[in-house]
Amino acid sequence: MSSIPDDLRYTKDHEWLKPAGDGTALVGITDYAQTSLGDIVYVELPKAGAKFEAGATFGVVESVKAASDLYMPVAAEVMEANSTLESMPELVNEVPYGAGWILRVKLADPAAVAKLLDAAAYAKLI
Amino acid sequence: MTDTNLRTPLYGWHARHGARFVPFGGWEMPVQYTGILDEHRATRTAAGLFDVSHMGEATVSGAQAALFLDYVATNRVGDLAVGRARYTLLCAPGGGVVDDIIVYRTGPQSFLLCLNAGNTPGDIAWLSEQAKSFDCIFRNASADYAQLALQGPQAVEIAARVAPPAVHLADVPRFSFVEILLSGAPVLASRTGYTGEDGFEFYLRPDQAEPFADALLKVGADLGLKPCGLGARDSLRLEAGLPLYGHEISREISPLQAGLGWAVKLDKPGGFIGRDALAAEALAGPARRVVFFILDDRRVARADMVVSAGGKPAGKVLSGTVSPMINLPIGSALVERAALDSGAALTVNIRGSEVPLRLAKPPLHKSAK
Repeated sequence: MSSIPDDLRYTKDHEWLKPAGDGTALVGITDYAQTSLGDIVYVELPKAGAKFEAGATFGVVESVKAASDLYMPVAAEVMEANSTLESMPELVNEVPYGAGWILRVKLADPAAVAKLLDAAAYAKLI
Repeated sequence: MTDTNLRTPLYGWHARHGARFVPFGGWEMPVQYTGILDEHRATRTAAGLFDVSHMGEATVSGAQAALFLDYVATNRVGDLAVGRARYTLLCAPGGGVVDDIIVYRTGPQSFLLCLNAGNTPGDIAWLSEQAKSFDCIFRNASADYAQLALQGPQAVEIAARVAPPAVHLADVPRFSFVEILLSGAPVLASRTGYTGEDGFEFYLRPDQAEPFADALLKVGADLGLKPCGLGARDSLRLEAGLPLYGHEISREISPLQAGLGWAVKLDKPGGFIGRDALAAEALAGPARRVVFFILDDRRVARADMVVSAGGKPAGKVLSGTVSPMINLPIGSALVERAALDSGAALTVNIRGSEVPLRLAKPPLHKSAK
């Protein structure tokens, strides 16, 4: 069974977003996504300062078998990419909601987070 | 997953061992259990057990069995000794590849063929038709066999643990086979494989596949034997520089382009289907070649990405993955010979960036920098 923490928001493209309450948030991919991808070998990350609209491609996750685009859940600016993934991309598989986080972002509009799927809605999707 | 895909006798066994399934060549097969990287590394350092029952089998017997096979195969078959196996291609008249197969001589007038899963229906139809001109009996024997591959540095030791004491499996030469009882089941054990490691491929009765797989896992556990899926099977064969039909060989890619000229005996008496086209290609030199490469990058080259020489398109990637042994992207590509001869720097277009491509001689995980 796929893990879907209650305190996160989700997209139909299997990203999760965790607001910190101060206008920033963490972004990653879900347990369902990392299981489907298989062993992740590289994550192509954007630079700090890059801005993305909701739904825009912000990076790529390479698994052994295929490359998959990563989509920004809500409009945001990149504050920091998880540099540990450079040497340990497998963290995304092993701890997708913890040490395997992908981006820390500054939300363009914190209210937009409410439009994302909650855990129950995402569970119905997968 | 559709209901129309076939399942091997080990389907339930795979599910019990935590397999994730994919459709492949008309079959529902395990792509991985613990993960492709883990299974690949297990095979290179200990041993891996693969269900390859989806492969097809055929038998040829009779007075002109060898003659027939020599007519359809690019390699020599008639001079195979009983108990020996050989890799060969089956070509179309134009020199394109119909399939790559292994031929086993099981008796003075009898042979067993192993065919690629996705090509089996086509191969059976085509070979049946060709066999009509010869005094021999050609039979689709796929339903008679399950097949397991045991590969890795510990594979022979593990296999020996299920063999009768009088049989010394370690003494079976590469590309030889024996028909013996293993774990109480009649098995054709051939010292062949598709990983670049030592080991065996086992042909046995479908109803005996599960107990045999269980027996191997049990005796191999302390040596690190793991079940491995098609994902690792593909990364292993690519790292070893072995061709996969539909990628490095196909109707459009001849054996000479693929670097498999050693399996093409142009001077075979009586010739073979495709001989004249291949002889002409050999004379002129193939216009394009399959090459293997390593990328000094993190981005992975994938099939159909464009390869350029000196900035000009000169070919495409055929297969691409990451080597779990050297942790670098690896792959194969089809490149125009003129571009290769020119010495121009080769690059591959990955999502808009031209990434330098370093040609390397397989096995890729042992290729010097």
